[in-house]
Amino acid sequence: MTEQLQIDFDKITKSSDISEKDIELKKKYLNKFLERGFPNKRQEDWKFLDINQIIKKNIGDLSFFNDYSETNKIDTSIFVDGLEHNKIIFVNGRIEKIDFNYEEKNMIEINDQLENKVLFDSENSLIDLNNAFTNKIFKIVIKENYSLKKPLVIYHSTNEKIKSKSISLRLDFELEQNSSLRLIDFFSDDTSKNFVNILYSFNLRKDSILKNYKIDKFKNDNLKYSFNNIEQETNSVSETFILSAGSNYFKNEINCNLKGKYSSAFVNGIFSLAENQQHEIRTIINHLVENTKSYQLIKSVLGKLSKAAYQGKIFVNSKAQKTDGYQLSKAILLDETSEFNAKPELEIYADDVKCSHGSASGSLNENSIFYLMSRGLNYQQSKELLINGFLLDVVEKITDSEIKNLIKNMIGLKE
Amino acid sequence: MDTREKNIENLKDYKYGFSTDIENIKAPKGLNEDVIKFISNIKKEPQWMLEFRLNAFKRFKILKEPNWQKPKYPKINYQDLYYYSAPKSMKDKPKSLDELDPKLLETYKKLGIPLQEQARLNGIAVDAVFDSVSVATTFKDELTKQGIIFCSMSEAIQKHPDLVKKYLGTVIPTTDHFFATLNSAVFTDGSFVYIPEGVRCPMELSTYFRINASETGQFERTLIIADKGSYVSYLEGCTAPMRDENQLHAANVELIALDDAEIKYSTVQNWYPGDENGKGGIYNFVTKRGLCKGKNSKISWTQVETGSAITWKYPSCILKGDNSIGEFYSIAITNNHQKADTGTKMIHLGQNTKSKIISKGISAGFSDMTYRGLVDINSKAKNSSNYTQCDSLLMGNKCGAHTVPYIKNKNFDSNIAHEATTSKISEEQLHYCQQRGLNAEEAVGLIVNGFCKEVLQQLPMEFAVEAQKLVGISLEGSVG
Repeated sequence: MTEQLQIDFDKITKSSDISEKDIELKKKYLNKFLERGFPNKRQEDWKFLDINQIIKKNIGDLSFFNDYSETNKIDTSIFVDGLEHNKIIFVNGRIEKIDFNYEEKNMIEINDQLENKVLFDSENSLIDLNNAFTNKIFKIVIKENYSLKKPLVIYHSTNEKIKSKSISLRLDFELEQNSSLRLIDFFSDDTSKNFVNILYSFNLRKDSILKNYKIDKFKNDNLKYSFNNIEQETNSVSETFILSAGSNYFKNEINCNLKGKYSSAFVNGIFSLAENQQHEIRTIINHLVENTKSYQLIKSVLGKLSKAAYQGKIFVNSKAQKTDGYQLSKAILLDETSEFNAKPELEIYADDVKCSHGSASGSLNENSIFYLMSRGLNYQQSKELLINGFLLDVVEKITDSEIKNLIKNMIGLKE
Repeated sequence: MDTREKNIENLKDYKYGFSTDIENIKAPKGLNEDVIKFISNIKKEPQWMLEFRLNAFKRFKILKEPNWQKPKYPKINYQDLYYYSAPKSMKDKPKSLDELDPKLLETYKKLGIPLQEQARLNGIAVDAVFDSVSVATTFKDELTKQGIIFCSMSEAIQKHPDLVKKYLGTVIPTTDHFFATLNSAVFTDGSFVYIPEGVRCPMELSTYFRINASETGQFERTLIIADKGSYVSYLEGCTAPMRDENQLHAANVELIALDDAEIKYSTVQNWYPGDENGKGGIYNFVTKRGLCKGKNSKISWTQVETGSAITWKYPSCILKGDNSIGEFYSIAITNNHQKADTGTKMIHLGQNTKSKIISKGISAGFSDMTYRGLVDINSKAKNSSNYTQCDSLLMGNKCGAHTVPYIKNKNFDSNIAHEATTSKISEEQLHYCQQRGLNAEEAVGLIVNGFCKEVLQQLPMEFAVEAQKLVGISLEGSVG
C-alpha cells in the first residue's frame, strides 16, 4: 500500500493547483502516516476495532487519487423529504453544491482559500492521512448573533463513478458569538468497499449552539471514519447525536474541549447493527475549566455476528471544579454471536466534581417479553416493542423537535 | 490527650520503619543463570525446579518491561539487585519457635505479631516470611492432623514435590508477563497450602511478609490448592522498613479451587509508602491470580491497600468451572505521592458463572489512583453475570482518581452491570458530623469508614480492626 500512497500522492501534487508550501505540509503528514500505517488493535484506542485488519481482510487494496476537476451528477432522490433545509452536497468526496437559500447571505461566510490552514497535530494516523489527501478545506463561518433559520444537511454520497477507493474530506466551522447551527450529516452510498475519512472541526465562540446529527442509515459495505473536534468557549452548547447503523464498519470519534465556563457537551448515540457489522463510538470530553457539564448516552441493539464498542473518556483538569460528567451505555445482545465492548473511562484531577458512569449489557428481559405476550402480542411484536422503547429513550434526548420527529420517522420508532 | 490523638501520635511516622540488624546470606548481585543456579542450589531444589526457573529466565530475557500503566517509575536496573537474601541464623532451620533468633522474634513483636502470643491467643497459624526464607510455622500439628499442608514453598518443594509439580505455574505460567516471569525465575520462598478433599480449614491461615535487607527484591511465590469440597481463608499482611531507595516487590500468588471448594484470600498491604516528598518506598508489582477450576468453586479476593510508593496489581479470577463464583473487594488509599493502579480481571469461561467487584478508591495529597478492571464474558459462558461498582473519593485538588474499566460481553445470555462514581466528602456530611461534636478529622474518618464499609465487612475479624485503623492513619493530615 505504501507504493500506492506515494504514487497517488504524486498524482495529486502534479494535477492540482496546490501551493509549494501546502505540498510540503501534506508531504509531512503523508510521511507521518507512512511511519505508523493504519491503526491496529495493539494501539489502546483501537483495541476494539482493528482498522488495519478490516482493510486487509474486508476492504482490500485502497487507492487514493481522485480527480476533483470533473463534476459529478447530483442524485436528487437522496434528499431528505419533509424538511426545508440548506444543503452541502458531497459526491464522491467533491463538493458539488453549497446552497444556503433559506439564509441571509451576508450572515454566512464560506471560505475555500484558507490562508493558514489549521491542521491537526495528533497521535491518530488517520488524521494524518486525512491531512495529506484532503482536497479543499471549506470553512463556514456563522456570523455573530445569527441563527440559521433552517437546518443544514450535508449529504455524503458516493456512486459508481468514483475513481479511487478512498475519500478524505474536511470541513471547518466557526460559530461566532451567540450564533447557532443545526447540522445533519446524511450518508448515502452506492459504492462498495470504500474507505471514507471525514474530519470536522468546530469552533464554538461564546454563547453559541451547535447541534450535529449524524445519520448513517442505509446499508452499505464501506468503512467509515469520522472525527469531530469541538472547541467550546464560555456558555456554548454542543449536542451530537449519532445513528450508527448502515455501514459495515464505522467509527465515530468526538473530541470535545470545554474551554469556557458554563459550556456543556451532550453526546447521544444509537448502534443498531445487523449481520457482520462492526461499529464504535469513542468520545473524549475534556473538562478544562470550572462549571462545565457533559452528558453521554449510548444504546446498542446488536444482531447476529455484530460487534459494537463504546469508549468514552471524561477528563477533568485540576482547575475544573464543579464539573458535572455523566456517561451511560446500555446494550441489548440479540444473538449469541453478538458482542459488546465498553471502556467507560474517568480521569479526574479535581475534587469538587460529580462524575459517574454506568454500563450494562445483556439480552432482552424475558419477564418483559412474557408480560407483553400475556397481553396478546406475539414474540416478534413484543421484542420489537421493547427495542422500540429502549431506543426511543435516546432519540427523546434530541432537543430540536423538528429533527427529533424526522429521525423518529427515519428509524421507524413509535411513541 | 485522648486515645485517638495518642494513636495518631504513635503512628505519625511509619510505625514499622525499623530495620533489624541480622547478618544476611546474599546471592551475588545481579541476574543471570548462575544466580538462579545459586538460589536453586542453596535451597537444595530438585532438577525439575531448576529447569522451571531456567525456562522462565529464558523467556524473561526476551520480554519487554510493560509501560502502559498510569504511574510511571524510573527504570529499574535488574542487574543491581540481590535476588537472594536470608538471615544467617536460618542456615540450620530451627525446629520450634524457642530456637529462633531473639532479634527476629522482637521484629515481629514490633510489627504486632508476636508469634507465640499470636499462636496461643489468636489461634491463627502464622507462616512468617522474613526476607526470603520462611522463619517459623506455627500450629503445624493441629493442621497436620486434618491433612492440611501449610508450609513454606521451599519445604513443599522438598516434601510434596508431586503437588507442587502438578500445580505450580498452571495459573501463572512461566511465559506470563514480565514481572511474573521474573518471579518464576528467581522466587525464593513463600507459602504453600493444600487443603485435602472435604476439609474445612479450622483456622485462618496467615503470612506476614517483611522486606528487611536493603537492595533486595522480594519475590515470594504462594500456591494455595483447595481440593474438592474444601474451604480455606488465608490472610496476608505486608510491611517493610523505611529506606531511601525504592525496593521492588514482585510476588506471584496462585490459587486453585477444585469442585465445590472455596478460597478466601485477604490482604492488608502496608508496605513503606515513601516519605512525604515521595522519596523511597516499595514498588508493589504483584501478580495474583485464582483459577476456579472445578464446578461450584469460589474464589474471593479482599484487599486493603494503603502502603507502597506504587501499587500495581490486579488480583484476578478465571472462572473456568460451571457455576463458579469470583469476588473482588478492594479498598485502595493513596496519600502524599503514592500511586496506585489496581483492580481486577474476571474472566468468565464456564456456564452460570458469577462475579462481583466492589472497589473503593480514596486519594489524598498529591497521589494518583487508578482503578483498572476487565470483565470478559466468553461466548461459551452462558447465563453468566457480573456486577461492578467502583467508587472514588477525592480529597483536595492535587490528587487524581481514574477509572478505566474494560467490559467485554460476547454472550447474549449474560448480564453485565457497571457503575462508577467519583465525588468528594460533601460539606453537608462534614457539617452534620461536626455539629454533633466530632472534629474535622474524626468526621472524615467516620465518613471514609462508612464509604469503605462494604469491603471492610468482608475481612476476617482480626484484620478488620487493623484495616479500619490503617484507613484512618493513611489519611492523616489530608484534611483541612
